[in-house]
Amino acid sequence: MNDANPNLSGCPRVNDGFRLQWEPAQDCHVLLYPEGMVKLNLSAGEILKRCDGKRSVADIVVELEQAFLTTGLLDETLAFLHLARQNKWVTWS
Amino acid sequence: MNAPESMVTPAMLSKSAPVINPPLWLLAELTYRCPLHCAFCYNPIDFASHKDELSTTDWLRVLREGRAMGAVQCGFSGGEPLLRDDLEILVTEARQLGYYTNLITSGVGLTEERAAQLKAAGLDHIQLSFQDSTREINDFITHTKTFGLKQAVARVVKSNGWPMVINVVIHRLNIEHIGRIIEMAAELDAEYLELANTQYYSWAHLNRDQLLPTQEQLIRAEQETNRWREKLGDKMRIFFVSPDYHEAKPKKCMNGWGNVFLTITPDGTALPCHTALMLPGLAFPNVRDLGLKEIWFDSEGFNHYRGTGWMKEPCSSCEDKEKDLGGCRCQAYLLTQLHDVADPVCPKSPYHHLVQKIVAGADMRAASGANAAAPWGSEQDVHPLIFRGPKESLSLVGKGKKA
Ligand code: SF4
Ligand code: SF4
Repeated sequence: MNDANPNLSGCPRVNDGFRLQWEPAQDCHVLLYPEGMVKLNLSAGEILKRCDGKRSVADIVVELEQAFLTTGLLDETLAFLHLARQNKWVTWS
Repeated sequence: MNAPESMVTPAMLSKSAPVINPPLWLLAELTYRCPLHCAFCYNPIDFASHKDELSTTDWLRVLREGRAMGAVQCGFSGGEPLLRDDLEILVTEARQLGYYTNLITSGVGLTEERAAQLKAAGLDHIQLSFQDSTREINDFITHTKTFGLKQAVARVVKSNGWPMVINVVIHRLNIEHIGRIIEMAAELDAEYLELANTQYYSWAHLNRDQLLPTQEQLIRAEQETNRWREKLGDKMRIFFVSPDYHEAKPKKCMNGWGNVFLTITPDGTALPCHTALMLPGLAFPNVRDLGLKEIWFDSEGFNHYRGTGWMKEPCSSCEDKEKDLGGCRCQAYLLTQLHDVADPVCPKSPYHHLVQKIVAGADMRAASGANAAAPWGSEQDVHPLIFRGPKESLSLVGKGKKA
């Protein structure tokens, strides 16, 4: 599954060595990794925090759409996960 | 231990004054003691006269105060941090506070047992320094017999599931081995390899003439690195930190003075950068006397070079002043004995010819076939390599050397 494109049934999770956490001082989610960090914007944080290796991409999209009372988040989610995988932030279980 | 500076992601960059952001990095230099004797060591030359290390209780307080301010990355370095028996206690606390915990080590002392304890303490990552791909140069430059041990330690790191950054300081004695060094790091399964060209401060500055590579060596090294990048793909990320002297481009030192990094030395002095202690006339507070918050936001030492207000010409009217903030204060001082002038690596600096002369000197020595292992015949100004050690430190202090 590792090298496949993100698809709806795959279950992404935050990769080993990376840690996602909420930082009150920065008022955002950050992704921490060896000697560095990325500040995440709202949607990136909301997606990543659901990447637990149990929820599928489809589950995540449904949850996000419910949480933000909207529809049509699939493309944005897939695009972000694609980027996240390229950066090794996530892997697929 | 040059890594943090270069591995900061763009997301960490923030604008210089007037707004003072809290530090993102807390660098705890736990001790200056070290079993190695690297000829490029970045610890201060007078390290042996700083004996009074902070207690466990002091460090725990520093960790808490740093985290409360918003620091997220915590680096434990030295010297050799494994020489502190309380390392596990400090890592445990740092991890519980929510820091991402980095151990920056030579690997000496990282036994299976110690590794298991650090794993249990929640340590997130280990940066292991290597000196060369060959036993000969590793053992020569560190003045120890540690080559075999380092390979074994790399395996301990991997078997505990830690992501591993290998850091290799690059200089004239190992630059020709760069391909082999990359191959070695890939074989050891490192996630990141940092090829950090020597920065010429402290011990490296003393030994500059022997360590400085030629321009041509650097170009070849970078080409070789690019070949390996292509070959390895994303299996291992390679960072090549180019040297200031050859590049003629001042860097935004430490990502801005008092902007991202807060370093605490073994005796509790708080610094914007681990070499800033060399700058005369600047008072840096000690965590034994002041809270981290006052130190970071209010102290004279941290405010002095924040932003661009301190600048003189050519920096003050330069269009690049926000980009590099005038370069490195310590480099300016080491090369000109003035610390508020433009970094002399900048071509606009009136002292730039000093840097050009130094680089030309390396080319000349190469042309005459000289190398450090067999010091070059008749040149009177070149001394044999000085290895870092307590005895050497005390004797240099006696001669009035500080930086
Ligand atoms: S002697 Fe070498 S290993 Fe020890 S602190 Fe200095 S550079 Fe690091
Ligand atoms: S003159 Fe000063 S600000 Fe301009 S590029 Fe040189 S060091 Fe940077």
